[in-house]
Amino acid sequence: MPTLTAVKKNKFDVLSVRAKFPALHQQVNGHPLVYFDNAATSQKPEEVIDALSHFYKNDNANIHRGIHTLAERATAEYEKTRKAVQSFIYAGEPEEIIFTSGTTGSINLVVQTYGRKFLKEDDEVIISAMEHHSNIVPWQMICEEKGAKLKVIPVTKRGELILEEYKKLLSSKTKIVSIVYVSNTLGTINPVKEIIDMAHHAGAKVLVDAAQAIIHIPINVQDLDCDFLAFSGHKVYGPSGTGVLYGKRELLEAMPPWQGGGEMIKEVTFEKTTYNELPYKFEAGTPNIADVVTMKYAIDFVEGLDREAVAAHEHHLLQKTMEGLAEIEGIRLIGTAKHKTGVASFISDRIHHFDMGMMLDARGIAIRTGHHCTEPLMNVLGIEGTNRASFAVYNTEEEVDYFLGTVREIVQKKKK
Amino acid sequence: MNQTINEIQNEVVDEFSMLGGDMESTVFYIMELGNHLPPMDERYKVKENLVKGCQSKVWLSTYFKDGKVFFLADSNTDVTKGLISMLIRIWNGRTPKEILGTDLYFIDKIGMQRVVGSQRSNGFASMIRQMKLYALGYQQQHAL
Ligand SMILES: Cc1ncc(COP(=O)(O)O)c(C=O)c1O
Repeated sequence: MPTLTAVKKNKFDVLSVRAKFPALHQQVNGHPLVYFDNAATSQKPEEVIDALSHFYKNDNANIHRGIHTLAERATAEYEKTRKAVQSFIYAGEPEEIIFTSGTTGSINLVVQTYGRKFLKEDDEVIISAMEHHSNIVPWQMICEEKGAKLKVIPVTKRGELILEEYKKLLSSKTKIVSIVYVSNTLGTINPVKEIIDMAHHAGAKVLVDAAQAIIHIPINVQDLDCDFLAFSGHKVYGPSGTGVLYGKRELLEAMPPWQGGGEMIKEVTFEKTTYNELPYKFEAGTPNIADVVTMKYAIDFVEGLDREAVAAHEHHLLQKTMEGLAEIEGIRLIGTAKHKTGVASFISDRIHHFDMGMMLDARGIAIRTGHHCTEPLMNVLGIEGTNRASFAVYNTEEEVDYFLGTVREIVQKKKK
Repeated sequence: MNQTINEIQNEVVDEFSMLGGDMESTVFYIMELGNHLPPMDERYKVKENLVKGCQSKVWLSTYFKDGKVFFLADSNTDVTKGLISMLIRIWNGRTPKEILGTDLYFIDKIGMQRVVGSQRSNGFASMIRQMKLYALGYQQQHAL
């Protein structure tokens, strides 16, 4: 019989969580799969996979339009996810949750509506040097079109934002600050609350790219006081093709619609169309119904976890990986910020990351290699790319040991 | 050169089949092949010699001597270097006509797609295209 303290300690049991993820239980190139590419996309638990098939088998219908039973059921399920997302990120109302195709879709929506309406010549948009291309290119496009300027918060060698420089960039010209919460390349957790406060003092609005943060950090949009927040379902154990844009109601109300079509209208005549209310104003056409319905099950999965225990577990994996890598000859860690989560990036002085990625794959280990859609950051750091191991709830200490041992062996072999 | 193009292709297929489909041995074998590539002088490693369509950097330059094409190549990644070394082994010192007329059946036979993945397979196709373009250029230049 386990003692009481032992039970308490084992509240979070990685193996029982892991058992829920069918994709993890397979051999790759003759070795048990070690999936360390979670920052690209996470694997899905059984309840998510089952929910998708359950929807198509039982409830499939188009939403918001029919009066028949299936349409009612599908609509109810779809709207349940909106409520689930609302409570997941502590939004004030469900109407502040817009479904999109992903983080990229959410950012582009803000750029093409809020940005298009409110940016003028000589206005400024601030991003950071560690943004994903998804949070760079859309802003470049609108800035070029409007004659506005894009300003960039620099990073230190360790991969931390230099807030004094940010402070200098802020002015009455700043209209929007768009910033990543957790860097997908470095794992840095940025002090977004502070960044948001400073932006608000300057009169600017803030979009938070929570693509990576969502899986590791509990998010409260009211507490953060962000104006917009974007994330993707597929990076938080949910289906691909789903995304969320949270926006404060008054901003969403002020924004014109982006895409026109069904669902987003109130009345259409050939002379004039009046638009539907929030959130439908921004959800033109038949949405990705089945996947949105399914996303609720991913959120339920996360909320069913002891998030503090999960964070401690993931932190332990990260810490162990970084310490282990640092001890291997010729390996350099990229991204050593004080506050980090989920991601260990590294390079080797003798093995190109593409070769490293292939050699690890030959041993069943999946990591990501390359610039991770952060080419400007690579340029700032003076490197071409990195090897990136990234973690989720189901990764184990044994996997980390196997990974470190394999990297060590590869480096040794290459030396000969 | 006493071996024909197809004899060398068959040799490559045999070598790979000896690895028994084991991924790790195959990857290491490809990298090992790259080690046998004659070094390329730094002055040829210029932008103009980079093969387009490869994720890794691959420099390729050629010269034409006695009616035959000769290749020099290098790459910043070991696997890619191994890949191009296979092509050079098959095509170095051949006439443009021989190169252009080659059916590179060894690629399918060794299961290249499975070994190097689709992105690298695309890069490999770019190397082949570039080498054939050089051969075509020499052929036209010398009206062979
Ligand atoms: C920080 C960050 N922002 C944005 C994105 C884009 O997400 P998606 O491709 O799901 O739209 C990613 C995905 O890699 C990311 O890591």
